[in-house]
Amino acid sequence: MNPSAEALRATFGGAIGRAVESCGDTIVYVDRAVLPDVMAWLRDTPGQQYDYLVDVTAVEYRDRERPLELVYNLRSLERRTDLRVKVELDPRGDLAIDSVVALWRGADWLEREVYDMFGVTFRGHPDLRRILMWETYAEGYPLRKDFPLRGRFSRAEQVRQALNANPEAHYSMEELSIAEAYDELPPDMRERLRRGERDKIPNSE
Amino acid sequence: MSKRTIAVELATPGLDPQGRPARIPLEAGVGARERYGEREPDAGEHMLINIGPQHPATHGVLRLVVELDGETVVRVIPHVGYLHSGFEKLGEYRHYNQIIPLTDRTDYLSPMANNVGFALAAEQLMGIAITPRCTVLRVIACEMSRIISHMVWLGTTSIDLGAFTPFLWAFQERERIYNLQEMWTGARLTTSVTRVGGMMADVTDDFVAGLRQFVDTYPKTLHEIDRVLTRNAVWVGRTQGVGVMTAPEAINYSLSGPMLRASGVPYDVRRDKPYLDYDSYEFDVPVGEHGDVYDRYLVRLEECHQSNRILRQALERLPDGPVNIADPRLILPPKSRAMSDMEAMIYHFKQVMEGVKAPVGEAYVGIENPKGELGTYLVSDGTAKPVRWRIRPPSFINLAALPKMAEGHLLSDLIAINASVDIVMGEVDR
Repeated sequence: MNPSAEALRATFGGAIGRAVESCGDTIVYVDRAVLPDVMAWLRDTPGQQYDYLVDVTAVEYRDRERPLELVYNLRSLERRTDLRVKVELDPRGDLAIDSVVALWRGADWLEREVYDMFGVTFRGHPDLRRILMWETYAEGYPLRKDFPLRGRFSRAEQVRQALNANPEAHYSMEELSIAEAYDELPPDMRERLRRGERDKIPNSE
Repeated sequence: MSKRTIAVELATPGLDPQGRPARIPLEAGVGARERYGEREPDAGEHMLINIGPQHPATHGVLRLVVELDGETVVRVIPHVGYLHSGFEKLGEYRHYNQIIPLTDRTDYLSPMANNVGFALAAEQLMGIAITPRCTVLRVIACEMSRIISHMVWLGTTSIDLGAFTPFLWAFQERERIYNLQEMWTGARLTTSVTRVGGMMADVTDDFVAGLRQFVDTYPKTLHEIDRVLTRNAVWVGRTQGVGVMTAPEAINYSLSGPMLRASGVPYDVRRDKPYLDYDSYEFDVPVGEHGDVYDRYLVRLEECHQSNRILRQALERLPDGPVNIADPRLILPPKSRAMSDMEAMIYHFKQVMEGVKAPVGEAYVGIENPKGELGTYLVSDGTAKPVRWRIRPPSFINLAALPKMAEGHLLSDLIAINASVDIVMGEVDR
């Protein structure tokens, strides 16, 4: 068992849940309210120095009663030690947690991917958008267990949407705004861009 | 080189009151003016250009939306996902051995190393120790992959920067490894060479002789590439001081592999968290100093030499003996026995129909892939299919640092920086 688990409990007390070991890795469960403090403490405290964020991901179990777990793999490059920190979230409740991008810039795309695939919202993330799926994707969050392997919509609906997609809407409004290019577009393209924006697809949750 | 920094906050603000990601308002020009006010009269207009997804310099279906001030890159917005295939989701519906063909298709420039990474994670989850011959064969597979992946990187990057000849040399060497892979597995690209507890096939004597011949002749090509590029004025001018990541930045951005080491952080999974029997090989870990494109080139070139060194040692020590562990519950019996022996047939049936059950638990195994640390995170609930199969994709995480590296440089440097990340979109998008 990694001694950091004990050190965490000594510092944060009841906010630290159980610590278990699996295949030689120590896993510490942390209350979501204290996650940023725990992460900052783990990164900056001498003797801990978990300065490298290996991975951020999430796990949802087939058992519906089990909570969704957010998984942070940390590493101390100095001490060559790994630690896995988990946060449990209720999938039927509010899937929101504080972002750790302020501590590790490397968490930027990793948290976007978790948002994209599991629907977990990261508060304070500078640019929380879908990353692997397109921005208007309305079928839900693909890696959730209630998401069918072939997607939520029927194949016919998927084809219909693909054919009706607006090929001109390659740029997001944000991208056009940074270069002030939106005003220079022809009126019909502006109209189509406006229509092709988010939250327009039926049957979404 | 002029480095212009534009002191504006360009990132989007977090969430709006409804909890959705906040966006700049539809009235685009107004939004931009609200953010950074009226421009100075001589600031000139910014231009928005689109590179990709179909563009030879983006090394796959990567799309970059670039805001330019003259020729200076002000902002880069990468768009990924064009090759998203949902491998991780597919893995939840497959037995452990059935996932191995999916790993070929993630980082398709080093398929054998991905196979090894997945097999190691599944074996750690199930608590299996593999045979000595299998260990050495897997080291050979990993190092062959490193050589072909670095050769593709070197060839394509040199083309991006205007040098065509090294591309031909590099791809010739890659072709020789592909022939060896074909000799071993029957496939050049989709090798699927590992199995949980062993390998799909043992190597032949012809393969060993062919690899020995490759190991003896390969360094000559590396020296030729070194002579053409390392002190070439154009190459040096285009790469030195470009796309710099300091060591603290590289750590903060979770870079791994040659990207991390070029910035001066001496972390190599093979050395610092050894898997297989890497701790018993003699090899050096090249570490850069400046963290620029040139140092990444030097690190990768030297890694090719070191891989060759490891291959030479592996061929020396390749032990005889079985390649698979002796456990009929995990390893398929030979077809002839499955058709003639009742017990073997039952094992065959159970493995194919039910799959191998893993105990409840989870395992993370990181291996040093050519692109960086490839992590495989498996969570099992005791059934034959994983609850979660997570790939820690090294080139996805390395690519996330592209805006940081490219902003402030010239547009032509963006191409060099993007090339130096060494992305493969099959892995970025998965």
